[in-house]
This record gives sequence, C-alpha cells and structure tokens, in this order.
Amino acid sequence: MHPYTTDMYEGMIAETFMLQGYNGDMINAYYARPLGPGTFPGVVLIHHMPGWDELYREFTRKFAHHGYLAISPNIYYRFGHGSPDDMSAKVRGSGGVADDSVVGDVEGSVRFLKSLPLCNGKVGVFGTCSGGRQAFLAACKLDTLDAAVDCWGGNVVQPKEKLTSKQPVAPIDYTKDLSCPLLGLFGEEDQNPTPQQVDTLEEELKRYRKNYEFHMFPKAAHGFFYYDRPAYRQEQAVDGWKKLFSFFEKHLGTKS
Amino acid sequence: MCTGIVETATVSGSGKGPQGWFKLERVNVSYDHPTDALLEHALNIDFVSQKEGPGARVAVELSSESARKLVEAILTTLSRGEAERLG
Repeated sequence: MHPYTTDMYEGMIAETFMLQGYNGDMINAYYARPLGPGTFPGVVLIHHMPGWDELYREFTRKFAHHGYLAISPNIYYRFGHGSPDDMSAKVRGSGGVADDSVVGDVEGSVRFLKSLPLCNGKVGVFGTCSGGRQAFLAACKLDTLDAAVDCWGGNVVQPKEKLTSKQPVAPIDYTKDLSCPLLGLFGEEDQNPTPQQVDTLEEELKRYRKNYEFHMFPKAAHGFFYYDRPAYRQEQAVDGWKKLFSFFEKHLGTKS
Repeated sequence: MCTGIVETATVSGSGKGPQGWFKLERVNVSYDHPTDALLEHALNIDFVSQKEGPGARVAVELSSESARKLVEAILTTLSRGEAERLG
C-alpha cells in the first residue's frame, strides 16, 4: 500500500484539459496527479454508465493521492455537454457509446500518460459498471496497458441478442488477446454480471492461461464501492480498494 | 446491474424541464441504474427534445411496481377519456 504518514509533504493538482482520443478527436479529460518530480505510474479511469460525474472525479483524485498520474477521459464527449445525468440519459437513449470509441479514448489517454517524463512507463486501466466491461475490452484490444481492473463489468459475457452495431462483439470473445494482468472484483448478488457469468469468463481466462485474479464478494451486488447509492457495502468496498491498490502496486510499481 | 435495456418512441406534446416548457420529440424508456431514486435499478423515463439539447429533459425514475401502476393509470384514463369524447 501507498506509505502514508502524517509528517509527509503532500500536494496534488487536478484539472480538466483536452486530450487526443479516438479517431484523432480532441476530447476533455479530468487529470489528477501528485506534485513532485515522480516518477509515478499511471492509471486511466473509464467512468461508469451514470456519467462522467463527481464520483469519478473523486476516484481520480483518490488514485492521485495514492501516487498515480490519474486520468479520466470523458467518453461521452462526442454526445455534447450538459449535466452528467442529462448526458448519461442522452447516451443511454442513443444506445450507448461505441466500443471502438472508448478503446480509442483509452489508447489516447495511455499515450498521453506514457509521454510524460513524470511517468514510470507503466499504465493501468480501471473501470466500474459499463466501465469495467470497457476496461476488460481495452486490455484485450490494446497492447500498451500494463494492468487492468474490471469492477463488476456487465455484458463482458454478452449474449448475441444484446450485440449492437456499437457493441458488435462480446468482450469475452477477445480473451485470447488480453495483453496484461487482470483483476476482477464482483458481488455475488449481482445480476449482471451474475456469478455464473463471472465463472464463464474465468474459464476462458484459464483456457488461454491468462494472468488474472478474481474476487467474488459476499453480500454485495452491483456497484458496492458507490457510497452514495443503496448498493454500497462498507466492508467489501474497503477490502476491494485494498486489493485493487495492492494489484496495481504489484504490476505498475510505485512512486520512485 | 448494468443492462443497457432501452426502448424509444417518437412522441408529440409538451414537457416542462428546468428551462420551462418545450416541445417533446421522443421518449426513452430504460430499465437500468437510476441517478437519484434509491433503487439498484429502476424503470427510467426520459422525455426529450434533441433540438433543445440534453438539458431539455423530463425525467422520472420508478420502481417496477410504480411503473406498472403508471401504465395502468395511463391506460385507464385514456380509455375513459376517449370513451367520453366518442360517446
């Protein structure tokens, strides 16, 4: 875990800026980093279906507090601007965001982080909910990531009838291309992904001899990190964050 | 859960959003995460106008039971109103 004592200097900068994402488009992103020369590992956060919201800004700053260069791209940028919940409703009503677009935005974010002299050259991806699915997808489609965390990503095991022009391939079908270690955090009471779907994904990971670590949390459903929602589970959330930071530290290193 | 289940329909009428009344074009009905209702998933209804932008939205997030009551209430009211008008 990140060493944290009361006598240490601590500083952080957090702001929005423009970033080159999918198809060369400029999109906005929220970027938080510790002050100091580094070097630091990097993390790309893919926001959840409820939008590019306050919670994801908090998560981004949490990673910076733990010594990461953290960037959360606005994967809904191309749909326009408004309050996060209005934008989420617009994207939902439009059938969601295209997988290629999200992967391209993650690719641009990784490129940005790795270009920084502050970065130790290692970058992971993290996502919850739809962002968990997209984190897995990005880890399969890109070869520039060093670790991936999928928190309760639904529709990784995606039935054919749920495939669309924007989501044309079930992420599980890309498992053989997974290019980095994967951490999965799931709740046993979740209905998407169900524990059975998590088992199906795990079988596929075993089949291709992938480096993965899955944790199924008891008495937890979808979104158990979200302290502002009824799904929040304090004990499981604290344990989940601990496992997550330990995983990233192992594969991305720490501030040097 | 994170379902992505959504149905849409073209509608005509008016809705009152944060900026006042606007002409409705479309309704999106989804069964997924609510933003505000203290439910893990909800029946979400968004009356929107693309012309007016994302902020032109009349939104409700209902429990399944409430959504069924709403459907019944709408159908009952409609049939009574139409019967009276035609009769």
